[in-house]
Amino acid sequence: MNSLIILPILIPLLTGIILIFFSKNIPVQKLISVISSLLMVLSALYLAVAVYQDGIQTMNLSNWEAPFGITLVSDMLSALLVLTTSVIALACLLYSFRSIGKERESFFYYPVFFFLVLGINGAFTTGDIFNLFVFFEVMLMASYVLLVLGGTKIQLRETIKYILVNVISSALFVIAVAYLYSVVGTLNMAHISERISQIGQPGIVTVIAVFFLLVFGIKGAIFPLYFWLPGSYYAPPAPVMAMFGALLTKVGVYSITRTYTLFFYHDTGYTHGLLEILSIFTIIVGVIGAIAYSDVKKIIIYNVIVAVGVILFGVATLTEESLAGSVFYLIHDMIIKAALFLLIGIIVKITGTSSIKKMGGLIHQYPGLAWTFFIAALALAGIPPLSGFAGKVLIVRSGLESGNYWGAGIVLLSSLFVLFSVMKIFINVFWGSPRAYRQQEPVPAKWLLAAPAVLTAFAVLYGLGTEALYPIISLAAETLSNPEIYINAVLKE
Amino acid sequence: MKTNDLILQTVSKVILFLIVLFSLYMFFAGHYHPGGGFVGGLMTSGAIVLMLLAYDIKTVTTILPVDYKKMIAVGLLFAAGTAAGGLLFGVPFLTHAFTYVDLPLLGKTSLHTAVLFDTGVYLVVIGVTMTIIQTIGESE
Repeated sequence: MNSLIILPILIPLLTGIILIFFSKNIPVQKLISVISSLLMVLSALYLAVAVYQDGIQTMNLSNWEAPFGITLVSDMLSALLVLTTSVIALACLLYSFRSIGKERESFFYYPVFFFLVLGINGAFTTGDIFNLFVFFEVMLMASYVLLVLGGTKIQLRETIKYILVNVISSALFVIAVAYLYSVVGTLNMAHISERISQIGQPGIVTVIAVFFLLVFGIKGAIFPLYFWLPGSYYAPPAPVMAMFGALLTKVGVYSITRTYTLFFYHDTGYTHGLLEILSIFTIIVGVIGAIAYSDVKKIIIYNVIVAVGVILFGVATLTEESLAGSVFYLIHDMIIKAALFLLIGIIVKITGTSSIKKMGGLIHQYPGLAWTFFIAALALAGIPPLSGFAGKVLIVRSGLESGNYWGAGIVLLSSLFVLFSVMKIFINVFWGSPRAYRQQEPVPAKWLLAAPAVLTAFAVLYGLGTEALYPIISLAAETLSNPEIYINAVLKE
Repeated sequence: MKTNDLILQTVSKVILFLIVLFSLYMFFAGHYHPGGGFVGGLMTSGAIVLMLLAYDIKTVTTILPVDYKKMIAVGLLFAAGTAAGGLLFGVPFLTHAFTYVDLPLLGKTSLHTAVLFDTGVYLVVIGVTMTIIQTIGESE
C-alpha cells in the first residue's frame, strides 16, 4: 500500500475545507491555494514516478480487501492524467488571481475550485465503477457552482440547461451501473473485467456497453450528445472555461477509454465499430462548428469537440499503438486547450468582445500574447515538432494499418481545418490596424499571460520530448491493451 | 397580518429540547442500530426550523449565533480528518479503529473513531439544511 495515491485527492479536499474558513480573507485564500496546488503537483509527480518505477499502485480504502471495498488504482494513464490535471489547476488558479474578481472570490470561488479538482482527480484514480459515479457527482456539483457563480444572465440560462442535462445523464449513469451490477455482481472495475471475460460478453453486456457510451458520451460530448456543450462552456469566465474545456470533457473521454478497454473488449466489431463511427462524426461536427463561427470562444469550444473525436477514434481502433496515440493526444489536448482558453480569455478581456470581426491589430500592443497564441495554435493543429503531432501520427498510422482509410483520412483532414480555424483567430485578432478598445479597468496582461505561456511551453517541451516520453506513454497503453495487468495489480492473483 | 402563535411558541419551547435530546440519542445509536449522523443532524435541524417557525430568524440568530457555512466546514474537517488520520498509522484512507473500555456508570462501552466521522456528518447535515432554509427564508 502506498499513501501517495490518495494525496492528489486528499490535498484538494482539505484545502477546499480550510478555504471555507477564510471565505472573506482573500489574500490568505490565495496563499493557501497556491501552496496546496504546488503540493498537489509534487505529490502527483511522485505518484507518477512511483507508478513508472514500481508498477500500478493501489489502495484498498477502509482496509477492505480488493473486490469487496472501494479500491483506488493508479496505473500510468491515471497517474499521468492526475499530474496533468494538477498542473493545469495550478495554472488556472494563478490566472484567476488577477482576473476572477472580488465578488466571486468572496463567495467561495477557491474552495469550489478545489472541490472540482478533487472530483476530477478522484474520477481518474478510482478503481470502482460506483465510486466513479460519486466522483463524477462531486465534480459536477462543483462545476454547477462555478458555472453559476457571478450570476450574469447568460450564466443563469446556461446553468439551467447544464444542470438538466447532467442530472439526466447522472441518473442514466446509476441505471447503467445497476444493470452492470445485476449481470456481473460486482462493482470493482478489475473484478468486473474478470467476470465479463468469464461469461464472454453476451448480448446484454453489449447493450450495457452502449448504455455506458451514452452516459459518458453526454459528459464527454461525443456526437450526437454534444449539444449542450457549446452553450454551457461559453458562459463562465476564462479560468473556469479553461478548467471545463481542458478537464471536464476529458473525464468523460477517460471513462469511455477505461470501460471500453477494460470491460467491453470482447465484441469489438459492434461496440468499437459504433464508437468509431460516432467519433468520426464528432470530428466532422466539431470541425464544421470551428470553421463556421467567428467568435473566439465558440471556435475553441468546437475544437474541444474535434479533439474528443480524435482521441476516441484512437480508442476505437484498439491496438496498442493507437491507444498510445490516444494517451499522447489526450494529455496534449488537456494542456493546449487550457492554454488556448486562458489566452482567448485575455483577448476577450482586452477587447471587450469575443467576435473576431470587431478585433484587430493586437500584435502591436501585445506581441507576447500574439506569439504565444501562434505557438499554441500550431501545437493544437499538430504541426511537428509540437505536441499534437506524435499523438495524431500514431492514431492515423494505426487507423491506416487496421484498414480504416476513411477514418484516418478524416482525422488527417481535420488537422487542416483545425489549423484554419485557429489561424482565422490569429489573422483577425492580431493582424490589421489596431483599434481603440474601451476597457472598464486596465488588464494585467503580463500576469495573465504567464500561466498560458508556461502551459504552451509545456506543450512545446512535450512535443520535443516525444522520444523520451514514449516509454512512459507506451506503458500506459500497454496496461490499457492488456487488461490482465490491471486485474492482477488490483486483485493480486 | 399578526398571527396568534402563543400556543406554537409555548409548545415548541418544550418540544425543542425533546427533539434535540432524541436526535442526540439517534446519533449515538447509529453505529449498531438504525440512526447515525445523517438522521440525527436532520432531526436537530428540524428542531431549529421549528424555532424559526414559532419565532423569526432574528430571534433564532440571537439564540444560536452560528455561521452555518462555517459549520459545514467544521463538519467536513471532522470527517476528512478522521478519514485521513488512518494514514498516519500506516493503514489505508478511511480505516477506522475501535476499542472497548469500562466507563463508570455506562459500563462496557465501545469507543469507535466512526463516531468522530459521524460527528462530521451530523454537523454538515445541520449546516447544509440550515443554510438552505435560511437562504430561502431571508428573501422574504
